[in-house]
Amino acid sequence: MARIWRFGANVNTDQIVPGRYAPYMLKSEDELRNYPFIEARPEFATTVRPGDLIVAGPNFGCGSSREYAPLALKMVGIGAIIAPLFARIFYRNALNLGIPLFEADLTGELADGQEVDFDVTTGTLATQNRAIQLPPPPSWVREVWAEGGIVPYYRKYRRFPGAGVETHG
Amino acid sequence: MGQTLAEQILSHAAGRSVRAGETIVAAVDLAMMHDSISPGIIKILHHELGADRVWDPERVAVVVDHVAPAATIQNAEHQLALRRWVRTRQITHFFDVGRGISHPVLVEEGLARPGMLIIGSDSHSTAYGAVGAFGTGMGSTDMALALATGQTWLRVPETVRVQARGRLRSGVGAKDLGLRVARLIGADGATYQSVEWHGVDELTIAARMTLATLSIEIGGKAGIVPPTGAGWDAHAEQRGITAPAWLRVEEDAHYSRTIEVDLDSLEPQISVPHYVDNVQDLSNLGRIAVDVVYIGTCTNGHYGDMAAAARILKGRTVARGVRLLIVPASSEALRQATDDGTLATLLAAGAAIGTPGCGACIGRHMGVLAPGEICLFTGNRNFRGRMGSPDAQIYLGSPEVAAATAVLGYIAHPAEVVSEG
Repeated sequence: MARIWRFGANVNTDQIVPGRYAPYMLKSEDELRNYPFIEARPEFATTVRPGDLIVAGPNFGCGSSREYAPLALKMVGIGAIIAPLFARIFYRNALNLGIPLFEADLTGELADGQEVDFDVTTGTLATQNRAIQLPPPPSWVREVWAEGGIVPYYRKYRRFPGAGVETHG
Repeated sequence: MGQTLAEQILSHAAGRSVRAGETIVAAVDLAMMHDSISPGIIKILHHELGADRVWDPERVAVVVDHVAPAATIQNAEHQLALRRWVRTRQITHFFDVGRGISHPVLVEEGLARPGMLIIGSDSHSTAYGAVGAFGTGMGSTDMALALATGQTWLRVPETVRVQARGRLRSGVGAKDLGLRVARLIGADGATYQSVEWHGVDELTIAARMTLATLSIEIGGKAGIVPPTGAGWDAHAEQRGITAPAWLRVEEDAHYSRTIEVDLDSLEPQISVPHYVDNVQDLSNLGRIAVDVVYIGTCTNGHYGDMAAAARILKGRTVARGVRLLIVPASSEALRQATDDGTLATLLAAGAAIGTPGCGACIGRHMGVLAPGEICLFTGNRNFRGRMGSPDAQIYLGSPEVAAATAVLGYIAHPAEVVSEG
């Protein structure tokens, strides 16, 4: 089971990891796993479990280009982030790190703390009462996920993803 | 059909004619990285991508600006490692502590030029649109890939056209125009899109940078001002640079939407905690007492911003109980302010001056805020916790409003301090 962590609109990267908790300010990058949402939701980092889902409103990840914001979420094993719109730098950073993003607005349908079954490969999310099919990401996005991020993807294919097709980025 | 400025620049970078919606692999003209993110970029470049060197050491600029000078031993160690890396990789353009914020520095140095594709490890890399470049911010992994290959992948963005009409009134500036647009279209109003700023030919390059940096606060991938008008001419002439002939506004280009702003009736705008697009007319704000007035950043820490503040502060002093902190955007801004007496005026009024750089904009040093403190800030973000305590409150406004606020101790219209005209 995956727990739903629900957030509102315009969650910025300062909320995800404040600048004072950047790896640049820490003794080691590993410490970063203690700090996602350290001020916005202090219980998040201590109770989040691998595979949990973030369900948020539009413009998730706006603001700074800090890749350590999605990196901190990856370190705690976030299963996917579901929001109707992602800020573009965050979208790229998350894709590059291999974090699954789905574009859908489920803030009105799922409660914070709710437990669901989630299958990232099919993009299906099941509550006690119903199943929700998330819109599938483009195939080239899945190719990047399959390799675990853009670095292994680039090392394998020696090219950039998605060239010549419709994308965000 | 004509092309937007973003389409023209990305066509040039892709080596073929491209349109909004296409994804391209583009040649990077200039890659900027700063101290704060450099350890991650260097690790990915060498250890994960296995590259020994950057693709072209003359097309990489490294700037120490985010925590400059170092605040902790960790910062100092990272900066030491960065200096060593710059030396061993023979990076041509290195700007150490005190030279200033990456964006104004690369513009002042003439490294950022019209028609270039510039990527930077900082989200405010949209700043390079001030000189007609396509500047965009990226994370560590994208930066490392670009440093290794000289390329990046991009979706060619649609463009939002901002059309300003009329003339800014006294005490009203580029910041008010930028915040007005944020108020009109919201923090995600230009996500995945470029923003073109029209009707601002009279603005200096620094004032154009105010607009270009605020473009990311409405989600913009780039924020481009056409390289025309007196402000551009002065900049270009001083540095002996010209805009490429292929870069020019085509009136039949397709814009996803056009936002009209009437400058004649524009009044000072204030962004209220804790979102940049939470903007009100200053006249509707009520009386808000402040603890700190902070003038700085790539948005409004330029020479012209300090001079505008000095005109209001001349012969006056900062209100009792208020701190006025000024962190110039660059050493060049500080030099100009020193040469013409602006700095002396600011000091006489009671300002404290910091080392040119990002200052407390990222909440790490040089004047972070305590719980409960209220700050009037000329920067670009008022997110909760941005400048220090999450229990502080940040209001964004222009340098003119900042100066008036410093004198009166509450957020004030410049006309409350100096008579107009």
